Amino acid sequence: MPFLTESLILLGALAIFFVTLGKGRTREARVIALVTSAATVLAAAVTLGQEATLFDGAYRVDLFSQILKLAFAIGFVLVLLMKGKLPDIQGEIKPEYYFFLTASVSGLMMLVSSIDVITLVVALELSAFPLYVMVAMRREREGQRTQMESAIKYIMFGIAANGIMLFGLSYLFGLTGTTSLRDLMPRLQPFLGSPVALVGLAMTFCGLYYKLAVFPFHFWTPDVYQGSSNETAGLIASLPKIGAVAVLVRFVSLASPGDPTLSLFMAVLAGASMFYGNLVALMQNDLKRLLGFSGIAHAGYALLGFVAMDRDGYTAAIYYIFAYALMVIACFVAICRVSRDGTNVAMEELAGLHRRSPMLAVTLGVGIFALAGIPPFAGFTAKLALLKAALNQGHLALVVIAVVNTVIAIYYYLAVVRETFFRDPADRPAVVIDFPTRALCVALVGGILALGILPQPIIEAIKSSL
Amino acid sequence: MTAETHTGAIPVLSILIFAPLAAAAIAVALRSDRALRWWALLFTLANAAFSLPLYSRFDVSTAAFQFVERHPWIPALKIEYSLGVDGISLLLVLLTTLVMPICVLASWRYIKTRVKEFMVCLLIMESAMIGVFCALDAILFFVFWESMLIPMSVMIGVWGGPRKIYAAIKFFVYTMSGSIFLLVALIALRLQTGSFDIPGMMGRGYPVGFQCWIFLAMAISFAIKVPMVPFHTWLPAAHVEAPTAGSVLLASILLKMGGYGFLRFCLPMAPNATAIFMPWVAGISVAAIVYGGFAALAQSDLKKLVAYSSVGHMGFVTLGIFTLTRSGIEGAMLQMINHGVTTGALFVAVGMLYERLHTRELGAAAGIGKHMPAFITCFGVFALSSLAFPGTNSFIGEFLVLKGSFEYSRWLTLLAVPGVVASAAYNLRMLQRVAWGGTSNPGHDGLRDIDLREVCALAPLVIFVFWIGLNPEPFMRVLHASVDQLIQQAGQGLVPRP
Repeated sequence: MPFLTESLILLGALAIFFVTLGKGRTREARVIALVTSAATVLAAAVTLGQEATLFDGAYRVDLFSQILKLAFAIGFVLVLLMKGKLPDIQGEIKPEYYFFLTASVSGLMMLVSSIDVITLVVALELSAFPLYVMVAMRREREGQRTQMESAIKYIMFGIAANGIMLFGLSYLFGLTGTTSLRDLMPRLQPFLGSPVALVGLAMTFCGLYYKLAVFPFHFWTPDVYQGSSNETAGLIASLPKIGAVAVLVRFVSLASPGDPTLSLFMAVLAGASMFYGNLVALMQNDLKRLLGFSGIAHAGYALLGFVAMDRDGYTAAIYYIFAYALMVIACFVAICRVSRDGTNVAMEELAGLHRRSPMLAVTLGVGIFALAGIPPFAGFTAKLALLKAALNQGHLALVVIAVVNTVIAIYYYLAVVRETFFRDPADRPAVVIDFPTRALCVALVGGILALGILPQPIIEAIKSSL
Repeated sequence: MTAETHTGAIPVLSILIFAPLAAAAIAVALRSDRALRWWALLFTLANAAFSLPLYSRFDVSTAAFQFVERHPWIPALKIEYSLGVDGISLLLVLLTTLVMPICVLASWRYIKTRVKEFMVCLLIMESAMIGVFCALDAILFFVFWESMLIPMSVMIGVWGGPRKIYAAIKFFVYTMSGSIFLLVALIALRLQTGSFDIPGMMGRGYPVGFQCWIFLAMAISFAIKVPMVPFHTWLPAAHVEAPTAGSVLLASILLKMGGYGFLRFCLPMAPNATAIFMPWVAGISVAAIVYGGFAALAQSDLKKLVAYSSVGHMGFVTLGIFTLTRSGIEGAMLQMINHGVTTGALFVAVGMLYERLHTRELGAAAGIGKHMPAFITCFGVFALSSLAFPGTNSFIGEFLVLKGSFEYSRWLTLLAVPGVVASAAYNLRMLQRVAWGGTSNPGHDGLRDIDLREVCALAPLVIFVFWIGLNPEPFMRVLHASVDQLIQQAGQGLVPRP
């Protein structure tokens, strides 16, 4: 029973796999994926609070993992709705796309339960490899083969980052003689000041920074966002980042009491990510690239919670990344629907969206304002929690950097708002959206508002699970 | 800290704040523009009527917060949902509820497209503005403070003039950049005191260095909102491009939030820093008075003229606040109300001219007095009030401020005199041109005088001009206790001068 969530999604993935063996089974695959996602939400809700271990303690179900699984399951539903009918995926491989999608989410779900570095790496790969393939599955069209370039870039960076991570883990194993996270970290304590341990930890984190797109592990981000289909980019931008933050929390929280060198390391990366992401985003015209760079900046914000190195900080980081996932999905819904025939969306194509589709415009506006950190949306409350946690540990300089970056970021977020709300549509066609999209928009706006105004239950739950 | 008096069975402040949101939700469902306008008007009138008991039930003998509501909101971050008013915020809440129906009336014909969205923005603004003045929790305050940005910049950006996008973005970026530092200061205060409770942050005697930092962080935010020279450049752009109702809200309410912020946060929380920075802020205020006056003198666009006059008038407000004398602060408070009434009214009047002439050029409006006698009567009253003519509201306010400033420093007060003279000059120039100048102006023949709706928009403001001007005591009496306590708190930082 405690393993219901992951069993269900694996079962779903398996079922889609069998469906893909036939021809032209897109509809069936989509229905199975939707049913699976809905079932996993229920299962995750039911198993919330249960505890169990598997494989000699390598795989553990606890409150922490179940909260995150619930988040993944909800994210899975949202992403599926966002993807709609996959307009930009090659027709004959659409069923396979659903298979890879489900497999990737199942990898994420197992990732948060892994407390042995071996299972952790396996789950990480399971979540990553389907994504590499999904990037390449974008429909080819005249003069556009960037998806292949992006996929290669993504996989090369991914594997390099994984290699570094494994190398770091080998140091940690060498120092402690165990692969279980719960034993590893305490045994590491005596060595924490030594360069070997720090290098080992830092390299281990690299694999996760890559997922999270922290500077200087971000290079793939804008290109992959640009080259992959809108739907795939929406997935890459949201759920894997939650997974990366969750695993980082597992690692860093076990390394407490916090080590100042580690904290400084993260602080430098956080500051660099924020500045780099925000400054480069100022220059973007492709909306997906813009969100890519803003994502780098947001990874920097999320790291603020780790710099604090206490429970408040980790709670804030997870809360922030939940909020971020919702906000970025809200933006990608608009991109997916505004896009004609699945092409990338340039800023000016948003012109007058408030007349062409008020619902999408509001959803995009809420997402953008939330990303910018304007109350009462989730982005503000989450940022507040992060700033508070960091300031509480005396990182005033970093907090000021974060705040300065918020101001820089305002400008390009407002550029999106300017196109959406202040410009005339000229002769751009109205955007018609179907019922599931409407429901998705309402859910996202409601979710962003609820996370912003009433975050108490979520913060409380995350905090008690750490 | 004196005991707070809690609200009775009815959470008056919560209703005042959230009823406009509910009204906005209803407005979304309404179909016809006519129904929307009437609904917005009736609702804002009802909300104004509902706010009146705040005044009648207000206990003037105490500086404590009244009508207080406290509920836990986000305990994990120690954020409370707490509301309350004292003498300082009460008048501003009432000003807000009074100005709202006038805004609706002023946009009755001015706003022709997307009426529904406009009224929804207006109602959301009302909610956030009242919220700012009532919030007793720093984060609640900040949430209201920031959430105002979105509807306000949408109002400018969608219904504004030719350079609306530039103005909307400039307004947003300026305000946001200031307020984000306010947020850091609030978090820093929270870490010192253990909660976000605003009254709990006051008078704690923080280390002087810490006070200086939070004072500067908060002062930037409030100075941008006021706006103080040199942070004023967003104001002319926003005022000129915004639709009439937007200009009125900006002038009457939003600018007041800067002054309110100084009174609520800077003075009582950082008294030593206030003492240190006092001469600087007072000096900048005098510079603003002079600069605003002369800049207004150079304008030929009526809206720009009024916008720059705002800079000067708000200079009086900050000057009064940073004299730290009773008459200075009470004068500043009164001047905030006066500016809300007078400048709001001038914007409404300019909007009426614009609806008729489709231009705001002073030259084109010249000699309109012959055709629109009723209009020019009201306009004259407001122009005279703007130059602080005795018998009008601003005279009392400016007199009190100058009295306080004289107690503080004679030389500084003397320096403000050119600004006062310039204020007389530009107002009289404007009035003279509009009322009597260029009688042969073509295209004025078919002009109709103001109708009943427009009289309804201006009449209450005329009444307030004379009411405050001739009998300010009903407005002053609610201030005394709160201002006394504020001076006592802020005075802790004053080293006794020889």
